Amino acid sequence: MADAALATRPETASISDALLTVRDLEAWYGESHVLHGINFDVRAGEVVTLLGRNGAGKTTTLKSVMGMIPKRKGSITFEGKELMHSPARYVAKAGIAICPEERGIFSSLSVEENLMLPPKVREGGLSVEQIFELFPNLKERLSSQGTKLSGGEQQMLAIGRILRTGAKLLLLDEPTEGLAPVIVQQIGHTISRLKNEGFTIVLVEQNFHFAASVADRHYIVEQGRTIDMIENSDLQANEGKLHAYLGV
Amino acid sequence: MFELLGIPPQALFGQLLLGLINGAFYAILSLGLAIIFGLLNIINFAHGAQYMLGALASWVLLNYFGINYWWALLLAPIVVGILGVILERLLISRLYHLDHLYGLLLTFGLALIIQGLARNEYGISGLPYTIPSQLSGGQNLGFMFLPNYRGWVVVASLVVCLTTWFVIEKTRLGAYLRAATENPTLVGAFGINVPRMITLTYGFGIALAAFAGVLAAPIYSVNPNMGADLIIVVFAVVVIGGMGSILGSIVTGFGLGVIEGLTRVFYPEGSSVVIFVIMAIVLLVKPAGLFGRTA
Repeated sequence: MADAALATRPETASISDALLTVRDLEAWYGESHVLHGINFDVRAGEVVTLLGRNGAGKTTTLKSVMGMIPKRKGSITFEGKELMHSPARYVAKAGIAICPEERGIFSSLSVEENLMLPPKVREGGLSVEQIFELFPNLKERLSSQGTKLSGGEQQMLAIGRILRTGAKLLLLDEPTEGLAPVIVQQIGHTISRLKNEGFTIVLVEQNFHFAASVADRHYIVEQGRTIDMIENSDLQANEGKLHAYLGV
Repeated sequence: MFELLGIPPQALFGQLLLGLINGAFYAILSLGLAIIFGLLNIINFAHGAQYMLGALASWVLLNYFGINYWWALLLAPIVVGILGVILERLLISRLYHLDHLYGLLLTFGLALIIQGLARNEYGISGLPYTIPSQLSGGQNLGFMFLPNYRGWVVVASLVVCLTTWFVIEKTRLGAYLRAATENPTLVGAFGINVPRMITLTYGFGIALAAFAGVLAAPIYSVNPNMGADLIIVVFAVVVIGGMGSILGSIVTGFGLGVIEGLTRVFYPEGSSVVIFVIMAIVLLVKPAGLFGRTA
């Protein structure tokens, strides 16, 4: 029993300098209880992934942190501030931004309008020029309808537009899903660049190899709970365990 | 004098002008309905009553406060718009998580209450509102006589419709509105205050209706039922244009007004049903409407 209790709260007390702390997070879609106890910490400047099978609750975790799920409980602190009772727009203003799984590119907006849509929440975001430097494709398509872009370009737009706002913590939900290997590679480089620029990133991934190439630490999510945490440097040693968790 | 297809030009152009005037009202009203439906997912059945309130407000402003037409054109939409904001905050906002039908029922009930109160207070015989002196008289264009006020109505409504279209389609504020129409949750997650935007949008849609009401006051007398008669046709216009399309509702509004006017010339018996016949055909051929986006 003691082991099980420990396992549901990986590393609870160990990180005191965390930028984001999530404790005992539970969430519901209407009547269905989907998160049963999510615990994780993210230090400033880290890239942390949430790994797990389909339907484990990874996307719901990101949305809950962002305040997009109305029915939730537990604790989410960011820079020492409790965000559990804040609606999404206050979470955004606190400095967290999300790139949703379905990308959320608006079809009635041009690429430029999509890019400029999220308002600045504080200083220190990338300039539009810097975003074009990361994603040169976007610059050539500014006047196109947002959804006329290819899947890869839409993903770049979805990431690019949240870099402008000055948000410090980026929640990226499966940015590589359904993309060609060369684009996945480009997104991998981008994430590394963003880490160097000082962004903190929580990444939800199905693509385990991609996650391993960019992340510092991995949390394993299963049936709405975080059940383990693995340092990226310990991945080799824990390969057997991971295979069991993820069924890969 | 020459004739066109056996119709004297005075009659033809006269009906065309009448069609344009009706079209102007269809356009402003369906534009407001389209904006409200797009963002709120509410079919605002109170739109006709709110149009009537605009006309009534201009009459009250003139007769009780001595405020002239030009000020009424500005003040009546603001007053009625604020009333809309209060309605949205107090009542309509409680229905967003429910089916469209509830919003329709609520606003339909509100329309009946507003019209009932107005009838109680002002009767149904109609209150006259004189054309402002600057716009009385008319121009003889040779082929027809154009009353100045009617020309003004067409121009003013065109300007208001196109300005609204421009703001929604070409500005940053409009981009927020379009984005929130597509995905309000995500727009909120970007830090934008969507509930406030919804409230102001409803207020603006209602202000448009009230503006149309002020324009209408000198043409039709101010009557508590004036909106109820008009709104049914406007709903048909909205269905034809496609719910939620901005440019679509403007074009369809003016276009159907003209078609209705022409029908009155060439087949008068059909003039009161022509819009509904077109609606039925559009629904059969293109259920999302002429300009509607299929989801």
